[in-house]
Amino acid sequence: MAGAEGDDSLYPIAVLIDELRNEDVQLRLNSIKKLSTIALALEVERTRTELLPFLTDTIYDEDEVLLALAEQLGSFTVLVGGPEFVHCLLPPLESLATVEETVVRDKAVESLRKISQEHSPVDLEVHFVPLVKRLASGDWFTSRTSACGLFSVCYPHVSSTVKAEIRQHFRTLCSDDTPMVRRAASSKLGEFAKVLELDYVKSDIIPLFTALASDEQDSVRLLAVESGVSIATLLPQEDLEDLVMPTLRQAAEDKSWRVRYMVADKFSELQKAVGPEITKNDLVPAFQNLLKDCEAEVRTAAANKVKVFCESLPEDSRETIIMTHILPCVKELVSDTNQHVKSALASVIMGLSTILGKDNTVEHLLPLFLVQLKDEYPEVRLNIISNLDCVNEVIGIRQLSQSLLPAIVELAEDAKWRVRLAIIEYMPLLAGQLGVEFFDEKLNSLCMAWLIDHVYAIREAATCNLMKLVEKFGAEWAQNTIVPKVLGMANDSNYLHRMTTLFCINALSEVCGQEITTKHMLPVVLKMSTDQVANVRFNVARCLQKIGPVLDSSALQAEVKPVLEKLATDQDMDVKYFALDAISGILAGQNNLPIMMLL
Amino acid sequence: MLSPVLCSDLAALEPEYTEADVISTVEFNQTGEFLATGDKGGRVVIFQREPQGEYNVYSTFQSHEPEFDYLKSFEIEEKINKIRWLPPHNPAHFLLSTNDKTVKLWKVSEKDKRAEGYNLRDEEGRLKDLSTITTLQVPVLRPMDLLVEASPRRVFANAHAYHINSISVNSDCETYLSADDLRINLWHLNITDRSFNIVDLKPENMEDLSEVITVAEFHPHHCHLLAFSSSTGTTRLCDMRARALCDQHAKLFEEAVDPSRQSFFSEIVSSVSDVKFSHSGRYLLTRDYLTVKVWDLNMENKPMETYQVHDYLRTKLCSLYESDCIFDKFECAWNGTDSVIMTGAYNNYFRMFDRASLRDVTLEASREVCKRRAVLQPRRVCVGKKRKETDVSVDSLDFRKKILHTAWHPKENIIAIAASNNLYIFQDRLTPNGHHNTPEIQSAM
Repeated sequence: MAGAEGDDSLYPIAVLIDELRNEDVQLRLNSIKKLSTIALALEVERTRTELLPFLTDTIYDEDEVLLALAEQLGSFTVLVGGPEFVHCLLPPLESLATVEETVVRDKAVESLRKISQEHSPVDLEVHFVPLVKRLASGDWFTSRTSACGLFSVCYPHVSSTVKAEIRQHFRTLCSDDTPMVRRAASSKLGEFAKVLELDYVKSDIIPLFTALASDEQDSVRLLAVESGVSIATLLPQEDLEDLVMPTLRQAAEDKSWRVRYMVADKFSELQKAVGPEITKNDLVPAFQNLLKDCEAEVRTAAANKVKVFCESLPEDSRETIIMTHILPCVKELVSDTNQHVKSALASVIMGLSTILGKDNTVEHLLPLFLVQLKDEYPEVRLNIISNLDCVNEVIGIRQLSQSLLPAIVELAEDAKWRVRLAIIEYMPLLAGQLGVEFFDEKLNSLCMAWLIDHVYAIREAATCNLMKLVEKFGAEWAQNTIVPKVLGMANDSNYLHRMTTLFCINALSEVCGQEITTKHMLPVVLKMSTDQVANVRFNVARCLQKIGPVLDSSALQAEVKPVLEKLATDQDMDVKYFALDAISGILAGQNNLPIMMLL
Repeated sequence: MLSPVLCSDLAALEPEYTEADVISTVEFNQTGEFLATGDKGGRVVIFQREPQGEYNVYSTFQSHEPEFDYLKSFEIEEKINKIRWLPPHNPAHFLLSTNDKTVKLWKVSEKDKRAEGYNLRDEEGRLKDLSTITTLQVPVLRPMDLLVEASPRRVFANAHAYHINSISVNSDCETYLSADDLRINLWHLNITDRSFNIVDLKPENMEDLSEVITVAEFHPHHCHLLAFSSSTGTTRLCDMRARALCDQHAKLFEEAVDPSRQSFFSEIVSSVSDVKFSHSGRYLLTRDYLTVKVWDLNMENKPMETYQVHDYLRTKLCSLYESDCIFDKFECAWNGTDSVIMTGAYNNYFRMFDRASLRDVTLEASREVCKRRAVLQPRRVCVGKKRKETDVSVDSLDFRKKILHTAWHPKENIIAIAASNNLYIFQDRLTPNGHHNTPEIQSAM
């Protein structure tokens, strides 16, 4: 009977093993993801001698299966018997590091890097380094690219002879025939430099960096830029000028816009790496050129960095540099032909005001904000408006209002309804940034004007806007400022405006609370139930249903019910329908009360 | 001397063939060990060169299926317009194939092992009695007969509003371009959901349309250079370093047209049907209806060399226009050392031009020569009276038999010629000591 018991426990594992080769990818994937369960059942010995050899040869599978396998093997050390046997995991990962699919290779390399930490220094030299060397001298570029990511993890832990070999292998890969391998080497150069002794950084890495940064392939050169930044952080200040700056200067003026883009994109890291002196002498002119680049992609990347670059300038000369060198370029970018450039600038330009202080902001930046606020692309305007708060802190609300308000009002009254819609959507944000007092004074009338706009989408957005404003400013504010105006519209001669009152009440009742709703809104709604336009009447029914949950039961009973019952006998079909709908809706909402109370 | 090593694929032994069997593209891989053809039926056939020199079928697969675009209400043919091999990655082979709309990346790989041993089933697949299972069994791999599999790795779709006419892999080995009538897009080989438009000739108003892109190709070494030709007979060279959108060309290769020779057909026959960079990267080869031209990248105003392919047709353009033959798109090819060029013609003839000696030859791809395994004999087309028995008169040329697609082995003197459903492969005959007798094909013929 003991055997039979064994069968039962074996069965689920047996299924998992068989499904490793099921025709259905999903089942295979499932099995691979439970590889640790299989290994546990097989125990360490059989995992090493049977499972791993099988997995090593299974690299014909679909990418997703291989990806899962590569990931699993990274945390398999315990399952093969601990660090002592961790090298058993190398063969399957080595196969996976040579497949053509980049994501699988990368995952295999990641797992190899992980398990390299679990090797003893001896095992590292006996098992791991030979694997790296095999990959580095493999026939196919796939294995050589994988090798590039493995040098840095074993280098610190091996003897100086092996270190020399590793450096030699890396050198060879940097001048590989295929651009794929040079790209991999180029992108790992910085990481490898970090683990090298400083002398070798100077003697080995710098020549490699110089060579890769002038490779014939654009894609290799652009990856060298990022490595260059890492290398710069490693070198003492006095060596930077001679060893990396010539190459980096050349990269900033590369013929290929993709390389210049990369320089622009990494500019703040570069700035940090080279320190204030070089920044002043070299990076400022380089940054000016990038801001004026002929390719819009480069200008966009540079524009994104304007604020961070200016912030990190050395304090003693910051203002002078910005005013004389950077600001003139920024002024040009404000009227750039490319919307992405302007949008990138708009997202950071407001940040300059804190750096430059009040007077400069008023004199130099404010005009730029105003131009961008009137830009034809909504994204540019949005980026300005959503950052108004940082200017607010510097120049104060009065100044801001005088300058910005005309622009906002202009947008609010734009002939294109989509533009008006866009500005309405910014309104709650603006209100939050500018405060209630300013809002009441300057913007409230605008918000009310939108309620009687001739485009429905605007009226709808305006209603929604009111709700958000009340959420910000509270019920008391609502009662004093907007509720009277909204309710006043109930007597408008235009039925569309009367309906807007109802829509506003729909939106506002909940945020305003029971008291305001019962005291001020409900009477108006009830009065409108006798409106001569059927559309208004059925919207009364819908409104009553909507505000029902906010009202107390006596109000429902005494005031709402009779009106709805009357509407339920209306001659208009739609009014009837919505009245009945509302009655049953309110009933459902009040189902904790005795039904008799309502009916 | 060129002699056949293989003619056509096996199905073509029957004289009857369907439209789907017509070969629409031929391409050697980088080493020349493999040759791929695509046909109008959406199939790709890969031939492998045996140690004896013969090319045998290695793998056949259906690359594209006919589709219907319901949104725009038109059919998308399965016809393979172009095939391009990727540089070797690993033991498997990779190629791009395209029809009018969709580019696909295929992996062709070999499998010679299979796993054996199930826990719950025996080798015949019958379920085992559960009580007999007392230990777990891990499958083991055993050798099996070689199996060649083609699997689709990536599908690059939905980026072209017009018909794709070219694909070309960049020398950086991570990007490629696809060109349609009006636009050229740049793709990353690993990314299928987006591509970048790098050339756009579409005018604001389609009534202003004056030219279409006919073919585009990347430079073999410089990753930033690409050439594209248009229906107006111009070839433009673009530098992708300068800006992201390459609408402004770096160079424009165009020959001034002699106004006295202008006619109604001038523009039609000047339309460039194929452009190929030389292996050295220094020259461009362009084919128009009547000529092939070699351009030096450093000289834009006129070609270095112009070769007449079938000048005798100049007087027959009117009837060729009526039969639509004038719109045939002939391809052209360089030999491995850029010393000889080859292009197709009518009547199953193809032409070769030796650039150094300026000698040229007309050869015929025919089943008879193949059967006899004889050396190809030069043909001559005469306009007036026959001078020799073997001469062929212009009026007896068969314009339905055309050689549009040709390819030259990257290193050796082996050429592949597609004539309707037949694939002909010819090579320099070996000298007794096993070496090719001369690298210059011209003197050998």
